[in-house]
Amino acid sequence: MAELKTDHIVLNMGPQHPSTHGVLRLEVVLDGEVVVDVIPHIGYLHRCFEKHAEAMTYPQVIPYTDRMDYLSSMYNNFGYVEAVERLMNIEVPERVKYIRVIMGEFQRIANHLVAIGTFGIDIGAFTPFLYCFRDRERILDLFEMTCGARLLYNYMWIGGLSHDLPPDFIPKAKEFLKDFKKSIKELNDLLSFNKIFIERTANIGILLPDTAINYGCSGPVLRGSGVKWDLRKNDPYSIYDRFDWEVVVGKGEMGTVGDCWDRYMVRVKEMEQSCRIIEQALDQIPDGDVTSAIPKRVKPPVGEIYFRVESPKGELGYHIISDGSPNPFRVKVRAPSFVNLQILPIISRGYLVADIVANLGSLDIVLGEIDR
Amino acid sequence: MTTQEILEIIKQKFPEEQFEIKTNIGGDILISPPKVLRDLCFFLRDDERLSFDSLMNLSGVDLADGEKKKLEDGTFEILGGHLATVYHLYSMKHNHKLTIKVLLPKENPVVPSVERVWRAADWHEREAYDMFGIIFEGHHNLKRILLPDDWDGYPLRKDYKVQEFYHGMKVPY
Repeated sequence: MAELKTDHIVLNMGPQHPSTHGVLRLEVVLDGEVVVDVIPHIGYLHRCFEKHAEAMTYPQVIPYTDRMDYLSSMYNNFGYVEAVERLMNIEVPERVKYIRVIMGEFQRIANHLVAIGTFGIDIGAFTPFLYCFRDRERILDLFEMTCGARLLYNYMWIGGLSHDLPPDFIPKAKEFLKDFKKSIKELNDLLSFNKIFIERTANIGILLPDTAINYGCSGPVLRGSGVKWDLRKNDPYSIYDRFDWEVVVGKGEMGTVGDCWDRYMVRVKEMEQSCRIIEQALDQIPDGDVTSAIPKRVKPPVGEIYFRVESPKGELGYHIISDGSPNPFRVKVRAPSFVNLQILPIISRGYLVADIVANLGSLDIVLGEIDR
Repeated sequence: MTTQEILEIIKQKFPEEQFEIKTNIGGDILISPPKVLRDLCFFLRDDERLSFDSLMNLSGVDLADGEKKKLEDGTFEILGGHLATVYHLYSMKHNHKLTIKVLLPKENPVVPSVERVWRAADWHEREAYDMFGIIFEGHHNLKRILLPDDWDGYPLRKDYKVQEFYHGMKVPY
C-alpha cells in the first residue's frame, strides 16, 4: 500500500471571532490538530493615526492617542505628553507628576483586570470576568469623577492636566485599594490556582527569554519569560524612582518559565505592585496648581525625540519629529501590542489548535493599538 | 556610552565608511550610509562593548526636502528629496542608546533589511514599506501590513494623494 498522504489544512480564525480580542484574522495552518503555523493578518482597524497627527497641532493629537489602546488611554496620554514636554523642555509641577503616576497605575490595574478577565473567558471561565469588571468599574468611577470620561479621557495635557483631583478622590481611592486586596485574593482562589485553568495554561506557549528580547517583546510578555525588565525601574521616567516596589517576573511555578500561566501571573502580581505605588503616591502628593505650566502655544524647536514608557502592555514609544511648526512633522508610535503579536506564531507552533486561544489571550493585545 | 564614543568604536571596524553625527534635542543621531547598514547592525549587536540587543523602534520618515511642484488642482508633488529610516537601538546589558538614521533617495529608496539582526524589525519594516514605499532588501516577506495588498500609493509620504475609487467604493469622503 502506498504511503498515506496527508495535507495541511488552512483554518481561518477571525476577523470576527470571540477570542481574537477585536478584528484580528489568524490564518492557521494545521496538521490534524497540531498547529504548523499561524499567520496574523492585521489592519482591519487601521485609521492612519500617524497621518492624522501630521494635520493636527500638538495638543489636538492627545485625543487620538486615547483611541489607540483604548483600554489604557491614560497611559497613552502619559507617553505622548511626556515626549512633547521633553522636546519643549517643560518642567511640570510636582503635583502633576504625582497625579500622572496615580492615574497611570490605576489604568494599569484596570487594563490588567480586562486582560485577566478576557483571558479567563478565552479559557472557558466566565465568572472571574464579572469579578474583574466589577473592580474595574470602580476605577472607571474614579476616572469619571476626575475628568468626566470613563474610557477616553484626554486628561493629561502638555505641561499639566485638564482637571485637578476632586476633593473626595483620595479617600475613595484609598477605600478602593483596601477592598482591592481582597479582590486579588478572591481572583487567585477563583482563577489563578484553579486546576482546570492551570491545566490549560501551564507549559503552554513557552517563550524563551532570548527569543523574547530579539523579537522586541516587552511588558508582562517579556517579564513572564523571567527577564527582570521594567522601564519604570531600568530606564526611569517621571517620578517612578521615588517609590518602593518590585519588578515581578515569571518563575515557572506551575510549569516552565515563560508559559501562559507565568504571563498571566505577572499581571496579577503587577496589580499588587501598582497598589503599592499608588498608596505611596497618595501619601506623598503635594499641593499645587496643575495647569500652571501649560504653555499657551505649543511650538517645539526643530528636532526629534524617541521617548518610551512602560504602558500596561509593554514598551510604548513615541518618535516625534518637529520641524518648528505647530504641527508635528512625524509621529510614529511603537505600540507594544504590535510588536508583541509578532511572537504568536513562534509560541504557537507545535501546540494544539485550542492553545492558540490561550496564547493569544496571554499576550493581551488590543487591535486599536496594533492597527492605529 | 555617548554616540561619539560609539562612533569611535564603529570607525575602527569600518574605517572606509563615512559616518556623521547630528546633534539633536532628544539625543545625537548617527547618520549612516545605506549599503553598510546590515553589517553595521550585526557589529553593533555582537560586539561585546556595544551589545545592542534590542531594537526599540524603527520608523520611516519622508523628509520632504525635494522640489515642491504645485499642480493645477491645488495639490502638490515633491520631486526628488529623501526618505529616511530611523533605528532606535538599546543595549539592555550596558544601558545605552543609539539612534541611527539612513537617508535614501526618494526615486530609489532601497535599504538593507535588519530583520535578520533583530526579529523585531520584521513588522516595523513591513509597516515602513506599507506607508512610505521603502524597499527593505533581504526581508523575507515584504508585503503591505496595515493596508490592503492592492492599495495604491504610500499614505505617509507628504505628497500622497488618495485614490478615487477602491474596488468601486469611493475613497475620499
